[in-house]
Amino acid sequence: MTRVSEHLNQALHDLMESDPAVHLLGEDISDPYGGAFKVTRGLSSRFGSRVRSTPLSEGAIAGVGAGLALAGDKAIVEIMFSDFVALAFDQITNFAAKSTTMYGRPVPVPLIVRCPTGGNRGYGPTHSQSLQKHFIGVPGLSLFEMTPFHDAAELFARMFSLDRPCLFFEDKVLYTRHMYRLDDLFRFELAGDTARVFLDGTAEPDCTLITHGGLVHRTLDAMRALLLEDELVCELLVPAQLYPVPHLPDLEEARHVCVIDDGTEGGTWGAEVARVLYPRLWSGLRRPITLVNSADSVIPAAPHLERDVLVQAGHIQTAVREALS
Amino acid sequence: MIVTAAPPPSLRPPPSDQDLRSLLLIRHFELALLRLFEQGAVSGTTHTCLGQEYIPVALTPLLRDDDFVFSNHRGHGHFLARHAEPYGLLAEIMGREGAVCGGVGGSQHLYHRRFLSTGVQGESLPVATGVALKLAGSGALACAYIGDGTWGEGAVYEALNMALLWRLPLLVVVEHNGIAQSTPTSAQLAGTIGARAAAFGVRHHRVTSTDVEEIRAGLAPLVHAVRAEPSPLVVEFVTHRIGPHSKGDDTRSPAEIQRTRESDWYARYAEADPERFGRIDREQLALVRQVTAEVTARPLVVPPPAFQERP
Ligand SMILES: Cc1ncc(C[n+]2csc(CCOP(=O)(O)OP(=O)(O)O)c2C)c(N)n1
Ligand SMILES: [Mg+2]
Repeated sequence: MTRVSEHLNQALHDLMESDPAVHLLGEDISDPYGGAFKVTRGLSSRFGSRVRSTPLSEGAIAGVGAGLALAGDKAIVEIMFSDFVALAFDQITNFAAKSTTMYGRPVPVPLIVRCPTGGNRGYGPTHSQSLQKHFIGVPGLSLFEMTPFHDAAELFARMFSLDRPCLFFEDKVLYTRHMYRLDDLFRFELAGDTARVFLDGTAEPDCTLITHGGLVHRTLDAMRALLLEDELVCELLVPAQLYPVPHLPDLEEARHVCVIDDGTEGGTWGAEVARVLYPRLWSGLRRPITLVNSADSVIPAAPHLERDVLVQAGHIQTAVREALS
Repeated sequence: MIVTAAPPPSLRPPPSDQDLRSLLLIRHFELALLRLFEQGAVSGTTHTCLGQEYIPVALTPLLRDDDFVFSNHRGHGHFLARHAEPYGLLAEIMGREGAVCGGVGGSQHLYHRRFLSTGVQGESLPVATGVALKLAGSGALACAYIGDGTWGEGAVYEALNMALLWRLPLLVVVEHNGIAQSTPTSAQLAGTIGARAAAFGVRHHRVTSTDVEEIRAGLAPLVHAVRAEPSPLVVEFVTHRIGPHSKGDDTRSPAEIQRTRESDWYARYAEADPERFGRIDREQLALVRQVTAEVTARPLVVPPPAFQERP
């Protein structure tokens, strides 16, 4: 049984071993500390100066990563808490993403910015956010997120193969969960980019849920409760690529679609998924796509207040039940 | 690498009872907090200022009520030295009734009267510069505490530049404890803080003492100049983080941690006046125990109006 953080760590080891062009930069990532969430453990001991603990300079290290990429190497930059990626916004959107096309010819920028993300840990308003939505719709930039169903090594390889900067979100709560493990009710399979989680043996689900990696466990809790308490069968789609929104399989037959997104309400990833799905599904939809988001609020430090603001299983269950009633 | 402070031979003049109370309140508060974390009674994270308590205690009487103080992640000492309100602070950290910010901000995001902290390094300095712009000429100043590691952030330099250009009453207090989370200063800071301040023409004062009265005597005329001229000032304290960065995440060698302990003000202050120190130490320990017991027994803080309704 591998925890997600160990799985990511192994993928980084394998990647750096197989490709000597890959560099890793970030605050406190070197041994013995091995990063705030221990995802980079052992890498500096093994790969020397290709792994660098940096000063507190998020903007500059994103730029340094872009520079390494521009010069023909590849870079992974870790932002200790994704909240601080705001400090790197200029380098990512105005340099790294734009330079792939703004010089009138393709310029490869193989750069991955890893962003430990999300709340439910009581870290307070500046250490708990899910900022994916702020990076949606930036030309030249792709967004990915770690899930318990996707092989991280494949995702890293895929992101680098795009030759353009990618943000890679990793939910901090996911780090301690296990890869590929589901409770006995559900099974999963990969359909292209997307993981599909379904109830064994049922035909048509009452509702198809779509979410990103960090919300998988809360959504599964909701699916279980919907089944046992409301007798509603749900199926779940989890894409690893968040933006551009990839093709999501099997939706033509869906009776209802619900997108669940940990970002705060307003200008959300969920709304972007719905925007992509409406023209495709319009003729078959019986009601509007349901969007579930965190509240339009800062994320409080006190756990009982934080719980209410962020999307929880109970919110998902209520939203699905109400939409179908 | 640890920068070693030279301990002065004795405390002359001796600290007041008030100073000892403040120092020991902070020390026992932080120790209690680490224990509460160990017991699982507090969630999230915390950064204690063990070993650095004397810095805000030395500064507090040099600050006026109308000064604005900006603090950072390691801010409990900054707060308690300015506002001796351990109940409100602990309630904030534990999300209990009486929390100074309704339990929303927690340990790193406090706003109480003219005291404000935030958890994003370097963010406060431009804001402090704006407050100083407003205060310039009034005799009041903006004081911002930052760590040595925070000198990695560009915002620090953008702020210093404006503060000097516009002659603003900005007091930057640097707690140079030789480390940022796990990274020693030698691996994250080129040159020196003094030379960086000098590059902007900003006055710089380096403090190696841990003796609050001695520190104040050196600082008083400089802080006066910040208000009167006005002009920015960088005060760099050579200090030591005795505890972990947050909790249980100290990867320094035992020998290195031992060296930080040797420069702890606590033993020296105790030795200088054992009877008086011992008495106040026991008083403050008892106070913190009472605060801990009472706050732990309080009900969870009721959500402030903005958090009561999920849209
Ligand atoms: C912009 C930003 N980057 C990173 C962090 C995570 N972080 C919190 S404290 C810290 C180290 C700060 O070191 P220093 O400024 O020396 O203060 P000290 O902790 O030593 O008091 C880091 C990296 C943060 N809070 N904000
Ligand atoms: Mg420091």
